[in-house]
Amino acid sequence: MTTLDTTEASGMIMNKTAEDAGTLAKAATSARAGNETKIAATNVSVFYGEKQALFDVSIDIPARQVMAFIGPSGCGKSTFLRCINRMNDTIDICSVTGTIEIDGANIYDPKIDPVLLRARVGMVFQKPNPFPKSIYDNIAYGPRIHGVAKNGSAMDQIVETSLSRAGLWNEVKDRLHEPGTGLSGGQQQRLCIARAIAVNPDVILMDEPCSALDPIATAKVEELIDELREQYTIVIVTHSMQQAARVSQKAAFFHLGKLIEVDETEKMFTNPTDQRTQDYITGRFG
Amino acid sequence: MSDTTARPGEPKRRAWYEKDAKLSRRHAADKRLRAYGIAAIVFALGMLATLVGTILITAAPAVTQTMVTLDVVVPEGAVDPSDPRGGSYQKILNESIARIFPEVDTPREKRELRQLFSNGGQYALRDKVVSDPSLIGQAFAITFPLSDIGDQLHKGVIDRDLPRDQRRVSDEQIGWYDRLVEQGRISAPLNWGMIFNADSRFPELAGLWGALVGSFYALLICFLVSFPVGISAAVYLEEFAPKNRLTDLIEVNINNLAAVPSIVFGLLGLAVFLNFFGMPRSAPIVGGLVLSLMTLPTIIIATRAALKAVPPSIREAAIGVGASKMQTVGHHVLPLAMPGILTGTIIGLAQALGETAPLLLIGMNAFITAAPDSMFNPSTALPTQIYIWADSPERGFTSRTSAAIIVLLGFLVCMNAIAIYMRKRFERRW
Repeated sequence: MTTLDTTEASGMIMNKTAEDAGTLAKAATSARAGNETKIAATNVSVFYGEKQALFDVSIDIPARQVMAFIGPSGCGKSTFLRCINRMNDTIDICSVTGTIEIDGANIYDPKIDPVLLRARVGMVFQKPNPFPKSIYDNIAYGPRIHGVAKNGSAMDQIVETSLSRAGLWNEVKDRLHEPGTGLSGGQQQRLCIARAIAVNPDVILMDEPCSALDPIATAKVEELIDELREQYTIVIVTHSMQQAARVSQKAAFFHLGKLIEVDETEKMFTNPTDQRTQDYITGRFG
Repeated sequence: MSDTTARPGEPKRRAWYEKDAKLSRRHAADKRLRAYGIAAIVFALGMLATLVGTILITAAPAVTQTMVTLDVVVPEGAVDPSDPRGGSYQKILNESIARIFPEVDTPREKRELRQLFSNGGQYALRDKVVSDPSLIGQAFAITFPLSDIGDQLHKGVIDRDLPRDQRRVSDEQIGWYDRLVEQGRISAPLNWGMIFNADSRFPELAGLWGALVGSFYALLICFLVSFPVGISAAVYLEEFAPKNRLTDLIEVNINNLAAVPSIVFGLLGLAVFLNFFGMPRSAPIVGGLVLSLMTLPTIIIATRAALKAVPPSIREAAIGVGASKMQTVGHHVLPLAMPGILTGTIIGLAQALGETAPLLLIGMNAFITAAPDSMFNPSTALPTQIYIWADSPERGFTSRTSAAIIVLLGFLVCMNAIAIYMRKRFERRW
């Protein structure tokens, strides 16, 4: 499925821009609350070889909100997150069944090229992983490979906008050509967020983005997540219940590979429906 | 321990800080182990020092070359100015030698006298006249090597106090040599000919240039073949190939190839490149191809290790922003692995540079008196040149063999130093 020919691929790029225009129009008309569904997963199961890691997960993720996945270690929340931009494709023995639709298109359709998908669904990882290149090149890499902008003023603009949105511009504007690995952990993670938004995605997936950061850096990233939800649909996996409560509007609780409960974050933390959710939230296990 | 528990009737319990025999034994074992280690290292260093020291001492005489300066007259008629290559230069030299030693007249004495001077004298004179034809008809001085026996006499390798029947030079030759010294005609400059001459039957003329050029061409071919092929194979196996029994089999075989004796590769080269493809015998191109077969497993293994060392987070980062597999490898993984790859490559090439057995089988131990013009001409390589010289009976080759070993070791040390430097310089931490 990765061997699409070029005409097909370019056709898809055109589709994408058309869709972008569509989403923009929709964004303009629809209410800020985000009632529309951005990502709709139906009966998603994931297998690592013989072992099933995820069982029939069905969930609707609303646009321009922060959805938090919580649950104990090994419950499948990261696995499901990585299904949304098909990162699991890189693992040979991993297979996925069911459908995940983004704006109505099934991303596991053979016609979908994962490279284009990942340009629309950015990802921020657990450990900050900037490329061992300059700060500028870290941001410019995505737009460059997708042909959004060549080097020059257009690229400078993208770099500045992305870094500004990630709240990093003022800290690094004087050292754009120093290596990104020289930044502090929190700055590196915000650089990774800036790198993800530089390719102008709709969705940003965050896999425990603050687990390697100190509390101050964590606060900054959380603040940033809160700002970013104005424009992006954000799905965040977190181990910290407080973090989920602080940043997310909706929360999903996973346990042993099953999705137990999805609800408004506030409701889930005050009045969960399922006993297991209650046990986890109150710290009885996990 | 029973003595730590104080029972009534037993002697007083020992304080915690008092040593017992068991503790002393433990410390003794520590000391012994350290002593073994130091002894092993001292032994190894001692052997290395002996080896290098022996080679250096043996090679020392080859640092200089004894030269003789003669006054020659090139008569107008002896050389045709339009074709100066054709002159009988040996005759001209013989005449100028005869002027120094007028008393030598019997054929036996004349022959012995000529043995003192290198056969290369006539060529030195010819080259001088060819490069400057205006010398015809003039008297000028020419400096050229003494022969091997003259050289050895000068360096004191031949003991002139030995009885005549035990030394290679006659009493007359010693006398003639002494007269040359008295007249100030003998000098011993640095032996550049050792590097810049091609091989020769005469040790005073023999040099490494042909071998150096041959080795250079062979290594160039080896690099050009094994580097791209090795990297491609490693990248495919590491990044793209599915993990199944076939790739496991390939991996095991590559690891085994690295352990195959080099002479087997030589036989393969002989059978495939020379006999089947009919490539030129003794040519650096064949040598390079055979060496590249040997270097390939080294490069593949080093490249795979370097690729494995690139953290998966970098791959995830690239894939996460929508890079294709090829872009991920080409833009991120390979550049980050490159220092490791180059280090492995240089070490592989250094191995190839010192490899002798496969080159012997494809005929790169031929006696060739000119440096190869291209990689298709017959040539020797540094290790095979050492092999040839070590096999030669003349005394002069003894020191030259050791000197050639030093040159080879010098190249190896340099290459390894570059590899270490690159590893230190480009080492990254994530």
